[in-house]
Amino acid sequence: MTEKEIYTKLENIIKDYLPEDVSKENINPDSDLTKELNINSSHLVDIVLDVEDVFNIALSNDDMEQLRTVKDAVRIIQAKKQT
Amino acid sequence: MQTNYSNRRVVVTGLGVVAPNGVGLHAFSEAVKTGTSGIRFFPELEDLRFSCQIGGMPQISEELKRNYFTDLQLKNFNSSGILYGVIAGMDAWKHAGLNTNKDKPDFDAGTIFGVGTLGVDKYRESIHLIDAGKTRRLGSTSVQQTMSSGVSAYLGGMLGLGNIVTSNSSACTTGTEAIALAYERIKTGKAQCILAGSTSDGGPYVWAGFDAMRILPHGFNEDPKKGSQPLSANASGFVPGCGAGALVLESLESAESRGATIYAEIIGAAINSGGQRSGGSMTAPNPIAVQRCITEALQNAGISGKNVDAINGHLTATTKDAEEIENWSRALGREGSDFPFINSLKGMTGHCLSASGSIEAVATVLQLHENFLFPNINCEEIHPDILKVIDAESIPRMRKNIVVNTIAKASFGFGDVNACLIFKKKI
Repeated sequence: MTEKEIYTKLENIIKDYLPEDVSKENINPDSDLTKELNINSSHLVDIVLDVEDVFNIALSNDDMEQLRTVKDAVRIIQAKKQT
Repeated sequence: MQTNYSNRRVVVTGLGVVAPNGVGLHAFSEAVKTGTSGIRFFPELEDLRFSCQIGGMPQISEELKRNYFTDLQLKNFNSSGILYGVIAGMDAWKHAGLNTNKDKPDFDAGTIFGVGTLGVDKYRESIHLIDAGKTRRLGSTSVQQTMSSGVSAYLGGMLGLGNIVTSNSSACTTGTEAIALAYERIKTGKAQCILAGSTSDGGPYVWAGFDAMRILPHGFNEDPKKGSQPLSANASGFVPGCGAGALVLESLESAESRGATIYAEIIGAAINSGGQRSGGSMTAPNPIAVQRCITEALQNAGISGKNVDAINGHLTATTKDAEEIENWSRALGREGSDFPFINSLKGMTGHCLSASGSIEAVATVLQLHENFLFPNINCEEIHPDILKVIDAESIPRMRKNIVVNTIAKASFGFGDVNACLIFKKKI
């Protein structure tokens, strides 16, 4: 799976959790999920569950702690898909 | 200088309802006036081998849900009590002409929104995951959907409420108690406006315990609309229901200052318990306490039993109906042809458990505001023990289009708990 494919799927997951005043266009690789996209921090666990389902991987608590930006997520997913 | 708020008047300025026989105030009002039953047969209950396979459950489309919840809120959402409560609560707020507070909380407005059991289906879903060792798969919203205060928490956030945001719980008294608590809080000057109401989950996992107690009717699975028969000689148990009712209670000054329509005034309330003594138990009311609750509400309202024009009873369609009539008769000091009109909504909705008091309070306010008394349906033959106390004329079987000025509404619940409200037409 290419980085672009991962990004597109990830963007699709993230958009569901955006607050009403943030649109999909605001998502970019460097966006901080909670600080910039204003996603409620409690929803990070839901994003992780969706990522697990869509990419068929399992994320650890350590993976979750490293998850800040969209780019972080792409990196974590890529690493899981390679192993 | 301390202001004395003890004489502050409390009025109803908004109504919302999600009932088995009508979702939304208009549909509910039509159903109540025409005596339309919302009781249905549930194949699911048959599959699960329930004795009573009928019940009352509001029918809510996916489209309607989206008018109240965002797609994100609906993701993994599975709490019928919150669904009903939010629809009824938001409707009542809108009906009152109130705005939602976008930027900062309104510290003068709160909610007391009661529950019995909440989020049972969500709990069940979670329990299956937990038992399979998949706790981390619960997602982020299982707590808010199953905590007892879930419904008030959702409403408080949607409306930006900054006063009390809580959920009371007292079984089938819950809804009436919520309104009484809100009334007291406004009357004593601790709030200007309270969204008062209650909700109840429905379905097999809520209703099963009652089915197991054999207090639900089992002979109407083929004729569900006839199943709920309050006051009737053939009453054979209550039909389980669910839903939500909501009333916006407001100080008279607040309502008048913003030119709000006033649908009724609450002039008195009382809450008590029989202590599970003197004939009271976990499941049966102490008659002394019931009578005392009613007389205390009258005293609180500054009226006597002879001023009551009509009663909206608890009257669930069990053998206890006759005892309730006896209690009303003694408390009001009225019997025979002197007894006021009395009706029970449960013939149309079934017993909506923790939601019953608030749904029935909405019907009570409609009666005062729109000058009618709804009919007692499924009561062709009144129970003979009831006729020993009051005249048949007191139990309207057809709608009466008359002006009623004062209605007493009471609810009684497991735990031997009671609440009574006195509503008055605002002239």
